[in-house]
Amino acid sequence: MVNTIFSRPEAHRDIFTHYCPGCTHGITHRLVAEVLDELKIRERAVGIAPVGCAVLAYNYFYCDFAEAAHGRAPAMATGIKRARPDLIVFTYQGDGDLASIGMGEIIHAANRGEKITVIFINNAIYGMTGGQMAPTTMPNQRATTCPFGRDVNVAGYPIRVAELLSNLVTPSYVARVTASIPSQIPNAKRALRKAFQYQIEGRCFSLVEFVSTCPTNWGMSPIKACGWAQSDMLPFYKLGVYKTPDDPIPDAVRPREVKK
Amino acid sequence: MARILMKGNEAIGEAAIRAGCRFFFGYPITPQSEVPEYLAKRFPEVGGVFTQAESEVAAVNMIYGAACTGTRVFTSSSSPGISLMSEGVSYIAATEVAVVIVNIVRCSPGLGGILPSQGDYWQATRGMGHGDFRILVLAPASVQEAANLIGLAFDLADKYTNPVMVIGDGIIGQMMEPVEFPEMTDPKSFKEKPWALTGAKGREPNILTSLFLDPDVLEAMNQRLLKKYRQMEATEKRWEEYNISDHMDLLVFAYGTMSRISKTAIDELKQEGIKVGLFRPITLYPYAYEAASALIEKADKLISVELSTGQMIDDVRLASKGREVAFFGRQGGIVPTPEEVKSEFLKLVKS
Amino acid sequence: MPIIKIHKEKCKGCELCNYACPQQIIKMGRELNKKGYFFAILDDPGRCIGCAMCALTCPDLAIEVAVLGTRYVLYEY
Repeated sequence: MVNTIFSRPEAHRDIFTHYCPGCTHGITHRLVAEVLDELKIRERAVGIAPVGCAVLAYNYFYCDFAEAAHGRAPAMATGIKRARPDLIVFTYQGDGDLASIGMGEIIHAANRGEKITVIFINNAIYGMTGGQMAPTTMPNQRATTCPFGRDVNVAGYPIRVAELLSNLVTPSYVARVTASIPSQIPNAKRALRKAFQYQIEGRCFSLVEFVSTCPTNWGMSPIKACGWAQSDMLPFYKLGVYKTPDDPIPDAVRPREVKK
Repeated sequence: MARILMKGNEAIGEAAIRAGCRFFFGYPITPQSEVPEYLAKRFPEVGGVFTQAESEVAAVNMIYGAACTGTRVFTSSSSPGISLMSEGVSYIAATEVAVVIVNIVRCSPGLGGILPSQGDYWQATRGMGHGDFRILVLAPASVQEAANLIGLAFDLADKYTNPVMVIGDGIIGQMMEPVEFPEMTDPKSFKEKPWALTGAKGREPNILTSLFLDPDVLEAMNQRLLKKYRQMEATEKRWEEYNISDHMDLLVFAYGTMSRISKTAIDELKQEGIKVGLFRPITLYPYAYEAASALIEKADKLISVELSTGQMIDDVRLASKGREVAFFGRQGGIVPTPEEVKSEFLKLVKS
Repeated sequence: MPIIKIHKEKCKGCELCNYACPQQIIKMGRELNKKGYFFAILDDPGRCIGCAMCALTCPDLAIEVAVLGTRYVLYEY
């Protein structure tokens, strides 16, 4: 008897995507869809697409979807989650969307402890608009708006979102994974499952940062792009779990019994 | 229900609750901060959820999200904050979901001041964000009317699945007047919205977006919105006529606080045998041009009176079809006295 | 015995499956699909160990993996 052990998850539509060949967006989409299926939350999930390469994400996921203005997905997610706390709300954002224009929104959504899940694609470049420098672009990495390589004296150093958010006191789950190394894909999925579980439990804010590739705008073949992600990005964007809701709260702000 | 003495901003908050709204996302800014303050205290009593956003940009996107679930939701801000919200309003108008936005206007431009103004007329009626879209704009002239128009705003927002703005100058928000509220509307009494994002259980997923890359699809959307706005223009025009007679020495155009000050001047001039009428738009969009034109024919002279350098005067000119329209206004947050307004009217009638 | 099924019209010829395959038995073919990509082909099915790494790494859900008989679970996924 032939039994299928790997096929398209129901939460991922059967459709040819617009992503470039070898783009790790496709892998991440499938991982999210698999987790939605496995945790049986597809029917109460609401995704929020960013502005960027994933702007058409709603064509690929088989669940309710909204489209946020550039950088505002965490705010929109806040509105949906607060209006309907029973829904599983997740945003899917790129590095320009989350770490540039939307930096205010992501920090405050995390700091308020919104019970949402954020999937953050860090591919060190603006993809949809054609390869401009992003907050996560590496020093000396070329992009159309830093054609001679990112000059840290002018554009500063790349921002590590996982570390940044892990500094907030409000309990949350923050992890950094990658799909650019095949053997790391199961770990990436595990982190995603954990993130969504924390939301199902109504426990805390969760964010999973994916170190991703952009073959087209990096000007490399998909395989070389995976190599570059490993050799140049991962030493700086270290994989791992940066915050869990069990981390201790500093005494100075530990909530005491509020006298009614 | 007995009348109670209440500050405009707080009456706006209570009116939203009576309209069955249980979600507010906002940000502090003078002169409207009492709206979030009131709701932060009152919402817990009625199972409402108050959220303070990190900015007005975030706040408008939060109400956008909440509106996508089909629930009643509103925000309030003041001039600079409303500017920050304009991108979001364009997205909301394109996605066609229902939100209410309160603007308690302060003197501007720039950081300006915190005193009352009507300098956001153009922004509200023409400049609330990029693209071909309109928002309904309701302008109360008293605390009671502000409360009434909030209820109407929620109904119109649902009816047209469109943003609706209630706009009042700082006085409307800050002054206390007796106000009476309607009975509480049960937030669960609103009918289910099939398009809302509520989880695709037993149905195909809903997608709420304002992205239309296919030009034919976007043009069809533009045309559909246009049809909606024509419908608003056909049925939602509201205005007040005051001291109108078949022949008037002067017809005054004013809304909000300026209409009340004008009425005082008009009453005094009436004692002196000078016939001055008032046309007060309640909906700034859609503007009641036809009604205004009908009154214009009965008046020798026309004047627009605003707390600005003259913005509504553009619409008055549209209604006057070429006839000259005088202007009187103060800026900087200075609110003219009835005497000042009366002397302006007299000067014009005599000239 | 693992069975690898490649949807040739979904493949974009990105070669990541080849990059991930420990047995190096999945490669780009010489035929073009409708979109003009050289799609992936399995050139030595007998050596496939059913690890499904190709399917895991495929960004376009172009690879399905099935098993006839017993399957060795090599990792939790």
